[in-house]
Amino acid sequence: MTRRRAFTIAAQGLGGVAGAAIVLPAVGFAVAPIFHRGKERWEAVGPVGDFVEDTYRQVVFTETEGIGDAGKTTAYVRKGSKQLGEDPKQIVAVSNRCAHLGCPVRFVEAAGNFICPCHGGVYDFQGKRIGGPPVRPLDHFQTRIRNGQVELGPRYSVTSQLEPVRARDPGEFTGGVWEYLYPPRPSTFPPPSG
Amino acid sequence: MKLDSLIPAPLRKPAKPGEGSGSKGAAPGDLKTALPERPSDAQRLGDRAKEAPVDVLAWVDQRTAATGFLTGMLFRKVPKGTNWFYTLGSATLFAFIVQATTGVFLAMFYTPSTTQAYASISHINNDVFLGQFVHGMHKWGSSVMVILVFLHMGRTFFFGAYKYPRELNWVIGVVLLILTMTMAFTGYLLPFDQRSFWASVVGININGTGPIVGPYLSDFLRAGPELGATTLSRFYAIHMLLVPGAIIALIGAHLYLVVKLGTTAPPWLRAEKPKVAAPVSRLDAGVEGNGGEPAR
Repeated sequence: MTRRRAFTIAAQGLGGVAGAAIVLPAVGFAVAPIFHRGKERWEAVGPVGDFVEDTYRQVVFTETEGIGDAGKTTAYVRKGSKQLGEDPKQIVAVSNRCAHLGCPVRFVEAAGNFICPCHGGVYDFQGKRIGGPPVRPLDHFQTRIRNGQVELGPRYSVTSQLEPVRARDPGEFTGGVWEYLYPPRPSTFPPPSG
Repeated sequence: MKLDSLIPAPLRKPAKPGEGSGSKGAAPGDLKTALPERPSDAQRLGDRAKEAPVDVLAWVDQRTAATGFLTGMLFRKVPKGTNWFYTLGSATLFAFIVQATTGVFLAMFYTPSTTQAYASISHINNDVFLGQFVHGMHKWGSSVMVILVFLHMGRTFFFGAYKYPRELNWVIGVVLLILTMTMAFTGYLLPFDQRSFWASVVGININGTGPIVGPYLSDFLRAGPELGATTLSRFYAIHMLLVPGAIIALIGAHLYLVVKLGTTAPPWLRAEKPKVAAPVSRLDAGVEGNGGEPAR
């Protein structure tokens, strides 16, 4: 190694270190939100008596704080139905976010189905897909009862058998190998157990 | 005064071969018989003033040597058959310049905050002098630019202009196409009305359907698991800082290669016969007289 070559390598190495000292923090700053999970949020949406087991009640609550109306989301809430083999003490909260591309679905009482206005996705009473392009059932929200009030919590997705998994974005399959092809994001909450 | 005399000699269009000034170095005939009248001071000052633009250009040229580059770029040879389809690239560049200019002025009034974005756009459209016009130019100009990019791409493809040695320029062009679509996508959210909100929700979710990286990509675009306040400022920064910088740099590279490699003739023009006969050894046996084109 000549003196000239040693100096060249040292100068280039120092330049690389200086460049990395600027670029790496900037990139880290930009991608940090991927690894950040916000605070768990629960919001009361009405007394338990407001909800029945054979139809849904529409509630609006805040999912993202600090951005006004844009941060609100709609859920369809009912009691667990014995006919469908659910625990009647449980509260079921179905998100109105279509599992195709995220348009807002609507519960049509006469049909007993959820229908999406954008591309014709149709879901049954439990939120399972029965028609159109959606790739999985509608998302759910965690529920609990505090002081006689129904409270809604973090979002979670379900498989086609309604087993809870971590929240996925619309358009992403759930269950089986898809759990690896669409890996769970660190920014979402663990699903409720059972 | 003729415009030509205002331009310093190196910047002038080069004379065609065979055309010359003729009287090189020869003094005008009347100089030999009569002395010219001495011009007055006012006349001389006037002449000096007329020279001023040339002097300024010459001053810059002496210090930058820009004229060689400029003459090479502006007076480069183009092939026979060059037609209106070859203007689509310049048209796209012009559309980009319009977007950049109107965008700068829109940024003076726009507020990238979820609570104020829509109000600031309404303010631009309803209160600011010519605001609706400038906003309209930016809004409709974006569609014009996307359409022109595709027409330019189609011209390049159907004329075979992407072939050797211009493959790299095609690749740069494809990156520019992607960046243009990124501009269209990120710009759509900025008015923050119902349409832009839901279009962005759908667009981000389409990004998320890519296997393995998709979920992380949509988290990156939203700056979190839900579309929120940071999403709008993030889209704004991408729309007005990140992507335009990249587009300007790549347009520079794109143009450099166009000037360096030249443009292609349209495919319906046959190659010209060589003026000097090719050596026999370079012609395939038995196909002499085919116009010098290699046999296939």
